[in-house]
Amino acid sequence: MSDQQTITIEVDGKKLEATPGQMLIEVTDAAGITVPRFCYHKKLSVAANCRMCLVEVENAPKPLPACATPVADGMKAWTCSPLARQAQKGTMEFLLINHPLDCPICDQGGECELQDVAMGFGEGVSRFSEGKRVVPSQNIGSLIATDMTRCIHCTRCVRFGDEIAGIRELGATGRGEHMKIGVYVENSVSSELSGNIIDLCPVGALTSKPFRYRARAWELTTHESVASHDGVGSNIHVHVRNHQVMRVVPKDNEAVNETWISDRDRFSYQGLYSEDRLEKPMLRKNGQLQEAEWQEALLAAAEALKSAKADRLGALVSPGSTLEEMYLLQKLLRGLGSSNIDHRLRQSDFRGDAADPAAPWLGQRFADLENNQAVLLIGSWLRKDQPLLNHRVRKSVLAGGQVMVINSVDYEFNYELSNKLIGTPADMVTGLAGVAAALGADTAGVDATADAAHQAIADNLKAADQGLVLLGSVAQMHPDFSLLRVLADNIAKAAGVDLGFVGEGANSTGAWLVGAVPHQDEGMSVAAMQEQGLDACVLLNVEPEFDSVNPAAMAGLVSDARVLALTTHLGSWMNQHADIVLPVAASLETSGTFVNLQGDVQSFNGAARPAGEARPAWKVLRVLGNLADQQGFDYESSRDVLDEAMQAIGEIKLDNGLKDAKATAVTLQAEDLQRIGGVPIYNVDMLTRRADALQHTPDGWKAGLRVNSLLAHALGLENGDSAVLRQGGAQLTLPVLMDDRVPGACVWMPAGVPGSELLGEGFGAVSLEKA
Amino acid sequence: MKTVIHYIRSLFLLELFKGMSVTGRYLFRKKFTLNYPEQKAPVSPRFRGLHAQRRYPNGEERCIACKLCEAVCPANAITIEAEPRDDGSRRTTRYDIDLFKCIFCGYCEESCPVDAIVETRVYEYHFEDTDKVAGNYIMTKEKLLAMGDKYEAQLAEDRAAQAKYR
Repeated sequence: MSDQQTITIEVDGKKLEATPGQMLIEVTDAAGITVPRFCYHKKLSVAANCRMCLVEVENAPKPLPACATPVADGMKAWTCSPLARQAQKGTMEFLLINHPLDCPICDQGGECELQDVAMGFGEGVSRFSEGKRVVPSQNIGSLIATDMTRCIHCTRCVRFGDEIAGIRELGATGRGEHMKIGVYVENSVSSELSGNIIDLCPVGALTSKPFRYRARAWELTTHESVASHDGVGSNIHVHVRNHQVMRVVPKDNEAVNETWISDRDRFSYQGLYSEDRLEKPMLRKNGQLQEAEWQEALLAAAEALKSAKADRLGALVSPGSTLEEMYLLQKLLRGLGSSNIDHRLRQSDFRGDAADPAAPWLGQRFADLENNQAVLLIGSWLRKDQPLLNHRVRKSVLAGGQVMVINSVDYEFNYELSNKLIGTPADMVTGLAGVAAALGADTAGVDATADAAHQAIADNLKAADQGLVLLGSVAQMHPDFSLLRVLADNIAKAAGVDLGFVGEGANSTGAWLVGAVPHQDEGMSVAAMQEQGLDACVLLNVEPEFDSVNPAAMAGLVSDARVLALTTHLGSWMNQHADIVLPVAASLETSGTFVNLQGDVQSFNGAARPAGEARPAWKVLRVLGNLADQQGFDYESSRDVLDEAMQAIGEIKLDNGLKDAKATAVTLQAEDLQRIGGVPIYNVDMLTRRADALQHTPDGWKAGLRVNSLLAHALGLENGDSAVLRQGGAQLTLPVLMDDRVPGACVWMPAGVPGSELLGEGFGAVSLEKA
Repeated sequence: MKTVIHYIRSLFLLELFKGMSVTGRYLFRKKFTLNYPEQKAPVSPRFRGLHAQRRYPNGEERCIACKLCEAVCPANAITIEAEPRDDGSRRTTRYDIDLFKCIFCGYCEESCPVDAIVETRVYEYHFEDTDKVAGNYIMTKEKLLAMGDKYEAQLAEDRAAQAKYR
């Protein structure tokens, strides 16, 4: 490639530098010269079908579209010569022929590319007096509202589905005047990135359904923030009206989220205004939670903290909390003599604590994901867990890379998998050991022989110049996580590729850095706290029934301990068990900092006003520190907290190296019937669980016990039959849903979904019978 | 020469007498008294009085919550909240005009794409307190629609008369 070579072209009399192969519009965009366009988008392929960017080029007999004209040395172009202007005006007139004049009821009004370009490049009056085209709209789901009469056929949404989302959900049928953009099956837009077509649509044909008719572009104030539901830390613009979040749109950051955000980050704001949002502090009096004043509640909280014995005091913190909140909470606890603080609520195997890496992270920069030649995903539905990381991995596949998975559910990916090993959760260990054996690496004591499938995965990894072995969220919930980790490490070392972890929440890497883990100084992990019980338990943004991998153990902990909950919403367990409940601001309402999976420290300010009397959690913790007689809690802003936390962290050193590669014994045995856990995409935290629009998408979890159809027939069950799932002493009755993605001898029943709070650990032996 | 004439005019108070002659004329003319409120002066069809919201002949409210009036209002007197109505159409759930803030400029009327918000010929109204809770200086959506229903005939006639100038 002649990348380094530059050529000179002349646009509107200005000399511009360009590289061969660039399109004219890229050069003019970089130089800040305005060329009107609808179909061109910097992240999508060139379609050149709107014809709006016509410019005059020297020696060309007719105007040429700037988006599809490659630059050539010495080229001369004029973007606003009479010829170019005439062409643009003509195109605009044709585009407006069939566009309805319903701007007053269109949500795009005020931020519409068509409006803007028509103002700049169109005529004041239409010469068209015939009837306009009308296109019926389709219901394409709970996120996107359609008004297809407004469509100008730029096909950005179609190309997005093809090139970015990886599934062709929207398509064009018919030609010319009869061309329609639509879905083939109603309600079927299921991409986890689908919301981006709202931003792509230059007109009001595709708009946000939850935001529909609620505000105008000019009423909204924009605040910059960072999304809080996955480890990407997508940069977002939060649009606020009357101190309330009205919508969330992406902010460009090439190193993090490019131009996209996931639907989870876009629509989860709905959860802020759910019915059980906590607006006042509450205290348990006479067995009932009753509203209280802040002063009273804070004093009670401080008293509860001080009166607990240090080794019987513990804190559980959500991995989606900010760095400041985590830092203050661990400072408070450690000041009180306890190191029992943990954010690994969905980890069940803590036997490897001594070997834990210092700061687990993705193992690569996000941009490097695009250049991997081989990626091995272990226990991960990357597509739904981390949609934007999956998008980067997809790019590597399009560039010829290979992706292999070892999973216990045959999850769909939006690219071709070169190898997959799908088996029961117990098979994940043997499968991974098989790959290790095929590479000639240590199998960590697991008895494994490499077959052809293992060998193929091993060969692909070995052949890759750059590759990645990634432990996903299901792997981290696995009862043999420490063993999987040792095996993955052995494989990565033997194949000479990177090892990575995909943590939960927006700040799991930050939690490790800032000390929201117990074993830096001999504290108790989540499991130890659950086993040994606590006198006083602090919950920070944790909904105990859904945020734990083992609700049965969690129930024991919260019902025995005195529970001090700092929370945004009041869930049912909190209502039953919490003694002191302090309302705190949710992620878009507080200032704070997230450290994403590649170690970027991203701070943000609060965008909206906290609901009711809720206060930012860092302020609450600061006051609790003072009231509990701790020194050094006199911060004036969250910036002060961050400065101190960053000083304590020092230089950010991300490190996936295991301190000790000692293998643990296999706990998960091959049983007759095993449960498969994991957490569905829209059940990861309190906000997403309460976002109505997300729950109504095809990815919203439909309650049911998912089993293979063969197993169901063997048990005499039909689709929709009610069945009882027993796990230990717990049981749950739900309809059976046949799902052939689930291997035989398994029941897929995730954590974090309604019903899961009745069960125990996410994996292990279960029994299933007809109710 | 100009200066000389100016001096002569000033010296003989010509301008004063000119003015006084008008006063004198009216002093002896027949008196014209309008016995308000029994009698009322004629009002222009363009008069900008109290606001109203109009409906279509089938009874459907015209306002579509486009919020242009809210945006154009120089006094920030209009507050609108909107959401989809049950039938999916775009409607306001709140449309308030604060009459203390309103300066009766008529921009809201001019900006309205569907002739929903209009100003009637009504100029006789009062409020008895500034109580925020009672809020009787706020023209709510209900009050505006009631005004519209009451004066629809007049409003339609005025709009028709003005149509050719708009």
